[in-house]
Amino acid sequence: MSATQDLRLGQEPEPWLESGHTYASVTDKISSAVLTRPVGIGWLAGFALAFSVVMMLFVAIAWLITKGVGIWGINIPIGWGFAIVNFVWWIGIGHAGTLISAILYLLNQKWRTSINRFAEAMTLFAVACAGLFPLIHTGRPWMAYYMFPYPSTMGIWPQFRSPLIWDVFAVSTYGTVSLLFWYVGLLPDLATLRDRAKTKWQQMIFGMLSMGWRGSARHWKRYQSAYLLLAGLATPLVLSVHTVVSFDFAVGIVPGWHTTIFPPYFVAGAIYSGFAMVLTLAIPMRAAYGMQDFITLRHLEQMAKVMLATGLIVAYGYFVEFFMAFYSGNKFDVFLANQRLHGPYSHFYFALILCNILTPQLLWFRKVRRNIAALFVMSLVINTGMWLERFVIVVISLTRDFMPSAWGRYSATVWDYATLVGTLGLFTMLIFLFVRGLPAIAISEMRELVHQESHGDGGHE
Amino acid sequence: MSSEKRSQLFGVMGEFSTPEDLLAATKKAREAGYKHVEAYTPFPIEGLAEAEGFKWTAVPLLTLIGGIGGGLSGFGLQYWVAAITYPLNIGGRPLNSWPAFIPVTFELTVLGASIFAVVGMLALNKLPQPYHPVFNVDRFGQASTDKFFLCIEARDPKFELAETSKFLQSLHAEHVNEVKDEE
Repeated sequence: MSATQDLRLGQEPEPWLESGHTYASVTDKISSAVLTRPVGIGWLAGFALAFSVVMMLFVAIAWLITKGVGIWGINIPIGWGFAIVNFVWWIGIGHAGTLISAILYLLNQKWRTSINRFAEAMTLFAVACAGLFPLIHTGRPWMAYYMFPYPSTMGIWPQFRSPLIWDVFAVSTYGTVSLLFWYVGLLPDLATLRDRAKTKWQQMIFGMLSMGWRGSARHWKRYQSAYLLLAGLATPLVLSVHTVVSFDFAVGIVPGWHTTIFPPYFVAGAIYSGFAMVLTLAIPMRAAYGMQDFITLRHLEQMAKVMLATGLIVAYGYFVEFFMAFYSGNKFDVFLANQRLHGPYSHFYFALILCNILTPQLLWFRKVRRNIAALFVMSLVINTGMWLERFVIVVISLTRDFMPSAWGRYSATVWDYATLVGTLGLFTMLIFLFVRGLPAIAISEMRELVHQESHGDGGHE
Repeated sequence: MSSEKRSQLFGVMGEFSTPEDLLAATKKAREAGYKHVEAYTPFPIEGLAEAEGFKWTAVPLLTLIGGIGGGLSGFGLQYWVAAITYPLNIGGRPLNSWPAFIPVTFELTVLGASIFAVVGMLALNKLPQPYHPVFNVDRFGQASTDKFFLCIEARDPKFELAETSKFLQSLHAEHVNEVKDEE
């Protein structure tokens, strides 16, 4: 796989790991961020800020539970609003983590090694933020267990023909499998931390978490077998999750939702926003923890390429939506397409085109892909664009359905914004805790990479 | 030779610096007729388990069973709910509307297979197991960083302390330690 990675002839491909690293040096470097590095003022300040935003989230949720969903901007005909926009956005962000850890593993892409661990953590935290929204959107979150099939005294059961119930199963399976995958990957690294722990508490905590892992050849064999199988299982799973999320829309007959392009274009959009979020996290993290040797410029460039490719699929999705609206001749679809361009929310639509289609075209240029500041800004732009996409889908269709008498307008309230910003704070806080509490890069896989690079062979067969 | 009365010998452990040395030593130990050998490494090494004579693992089979079980119970649950215990006649459509049951069946197949893969892997590895005799070797902490260990266990019929220690030294092990098991 060496030559195909780098098409510039006559040039050696850059390594995935800066030279001079040994098994011990990668282990020291990554584990010291957890075990010995003192808590810095930057970390404390960031954590404190994120924590205070989480407190705001708690206030918003407490007020929601006290007063009901009327504190949000939703009202018939717009019953979904920010809650569903944010749900779809967050769950999409999670997809890149699974893509990196599972699909790139199956494809033997060595560049996944230094980013898979925190991308998986990002998935878990994003799924946690996503799951919050449908839960509180029910209005009575303490009755959310009604959605699961259980033998109730009322004798009622969920409606399994409904995409909303499929969603419950898809998201909860996705969360569970992501957690299992993450934990299995962590197991050898927890043993490393246990062996290197300096204090009694560290030894006890990592000792319990590592379950007595001792790295015997038989253990590794079963471990690798399980890891490969999990990767194989997570691959169709991640494609199914956003497909099922898109069914929430596509199975309905609302104009603008009822299209067959939705599943592939939702999945591509999910990966698009997810990679943008990985960049948003990786760029500050590699600077703050001096991980530039492990997360190299070539890694960032590779992620930029994936964003460009998935961004083009998303652009194709937008095009097909328009094309099919006019080609079908269905007057409601044609009307809705016109509403996106000329309706009261058209500025959202044009902002979306700017963020998701026009700006990322800069990624065709190698100079831009290798400019860290440009990539960071672009990752924020793309994440904004993907949020706008979900807003356009949810709000424009719901405010303009079949009968003009049923039309409406939607504007979010301060509580909508407090909840959205609050989940950003929750996500950030969990990431801050993660980089200090667990190895943010897979140590045992990095040792394997050192082994492979020192033997000059490209990837294991 | 030990001062602790109730400790008994678990085996002899040799330490190596490179995966290649360890792999070669493991092969030689098997060739010399040792059956109960186990290598400990900081990352998986291709061919090492096979060199120990460990060729087949039940993890894939367990995963298959978990997947089939998850899928069947997923579909069975939906069929039972929708067609038997809580039938709802909606526009005269069939109660067993199986295409609508596929997404949940798929999700539960993946869920069952994944849980079986992980729990099966841990159970076959006999984890969690906080104590194991190899942890009594001081230098074994390096097994999770950059050293490679080969342990020939005392239960091996060919095992003999002096002989086996000498054998490991002849394979160029850097340190050879006795592994004690404290009862």
